[in-house]
Amino acid sequence: MGLNAIDTIKPIGIAGILLAAFALVGTALLTGISEVTKPQRLANERQALLDNLGQVLPANAYTNDLLDQAMRFDQGLALLNQDDHATIYRAYFQDQPVAAVFTTVAPDGYSGDITLLMGVYDNGQISAVRVLQHNETPGLGDKIELAKSDWITQFNGRSLTDPAPNQWTVTKDGGQFDTFTGATITPRAVVRAIYRGLQFFDQYQTAMLQPAATNAVPLLEGTPDITPLLDPTDAVINDLIPTNDVPE
Amino acid sequence: MSTEQTPERVIPVVDYSKITRDGLWTNNPGIVQLLGLCPLLAVTGTVINGLGLGLATTMTLIASNVIVSMIRNVVRSEIRIPVFVLIIASVVTAIGLVMEAFFYELHTILGIFIPLIVTNCAIIGRAEAFASKNPVQASAMDGLMMGVGFTLVLMVLGGLRELLGQGTLFANADLMFGDMARHWTLTLINDYRGFLLAVLPPGAFIGMGLLIALKNAIDKRQATRVRLTTNDPATAIVP
Repeated sequence: MGLNAIDTIKPIGIAGILLAAFALVGTALLTGISEVTKPQRLANERQALLDNLGQVLPANAYTNDLLDQAMRFDQGLALLNQDDHATIYRAYFQDQPVAAVFTTVAPDGYSGDITLLMGVYDNGQISAVRVLQHNETPGLGDKIELAKSDWITQFNGRSLTDPAPNQWTVTKDGGQFDTFTGATITPRAVVRAIYRGLQFFDQYQTAMLQPAATNAVPLLEGTPDITPLLDPTDAVINDLIPTNDVPE
Repeated sequence: MSTEQTPERVIPVVDYSKITRDGLWTNNPGIVQLLGLCPLLAVTGTVINGLGLGLATTMTLIASNVIVSMIRNVVRSEIRIPVFVLIIASVVTAIGLVMEAFFYELHTILGIFIPLIVTNCAIIGRAEAFASKNPVQASAMDGLMMGVGFTLVLMVLGGLRELLGQGTLFANADLMFGDMARHWTLTLINDYRGFLLAVLPPGAFIGMGLLIALKNAIDKRQATRVRLTTNDPATAIVP
């Protein structure tokens, strides 16, 4: 009887051990590959983020490291349609604040959220806007991408008063901004989101653009509403993570 | 004579030309087995996207086939499926990490479809149907040919949709081949307004249907020709 039980259990045990061994080897290999490629992957991510930032803010406009002085911001999130927090990339020219770059979300696109990256100078003018992520219809709504059309560049230099607030919408609603043939919802959503982004900047400009710290450490103490980017996973919005800057 | 061999003895156990024919044509994973349809239909908006996913799938197929073949005598049959899944998942994750390191933008574009290679039935299908019963070299060859067959379907479908949809070919080639490929984009139709249907998912299904129909038509024609020639005693010898 006992022998029979062992005979039944033995193959199961062997199978289990084999399976575990495979899992172990697989995990070990993956850990190794993950570690080896990590520097390159982080560098890529950082580069992609820098490329995006470079698209909305000319490099000669500031002298600091945008990623080092990125900060977590908790106010006015409704204007940006962010749930948890916003990440503000602050630009300084020789310690004088010149611009802020942040992401804002248009929730009312044709197909899900449209994530925008916008830069605003300290005089309230937009430096540039780019679409980071969207699911709009290819061939119609996707003209908001710079790769497809230069529509998005018409916001360069605009501000809350240019055009006047009642003109800050698409032509179909009596405003100043063009729509695309066959697509009104997408541009309308983008225009509204950009306007709210400008309002956000207007309201929180002072809180965002504190004088630059002399070193690369974000200025944080004494400003309870502003918390540093301490945890990279926590600071994620659309992969805009300055992961390298974060102490392990 | 001692040098004389009977034909039976020289017939190789593994028929590489059959493996090649199977992968590229007669048993093509894309248009015959109809496996991996989800990524096939989803990423074939352009030739380059198709090529990128095709190469990643090919690498996965080769690696998983080789590993499965190596361990085919060790793994008990009761646990072979979980082990295969484990191997495939590990291989795909590894390839994803390497792509993220060296082809970052392509990795971003292909996005979720890289990890989803795990769910491509063509891969576990080859592991179970071929690699678990054949030696390493033959399994590697099978993986390569199945992968190339799949890649070709992805590229043809991608090309078809890119051409109809936006009038270009090889757009974004620089994502894969670096800066030198920036000028590879062929604009075949100037000032093309685009054909939305080809870009949208229905275009993928329609294009796929056309490809399958084309393959069947070619096969049928071939079969008729062979029948005709064999019926004619003068040309009965078919290679």
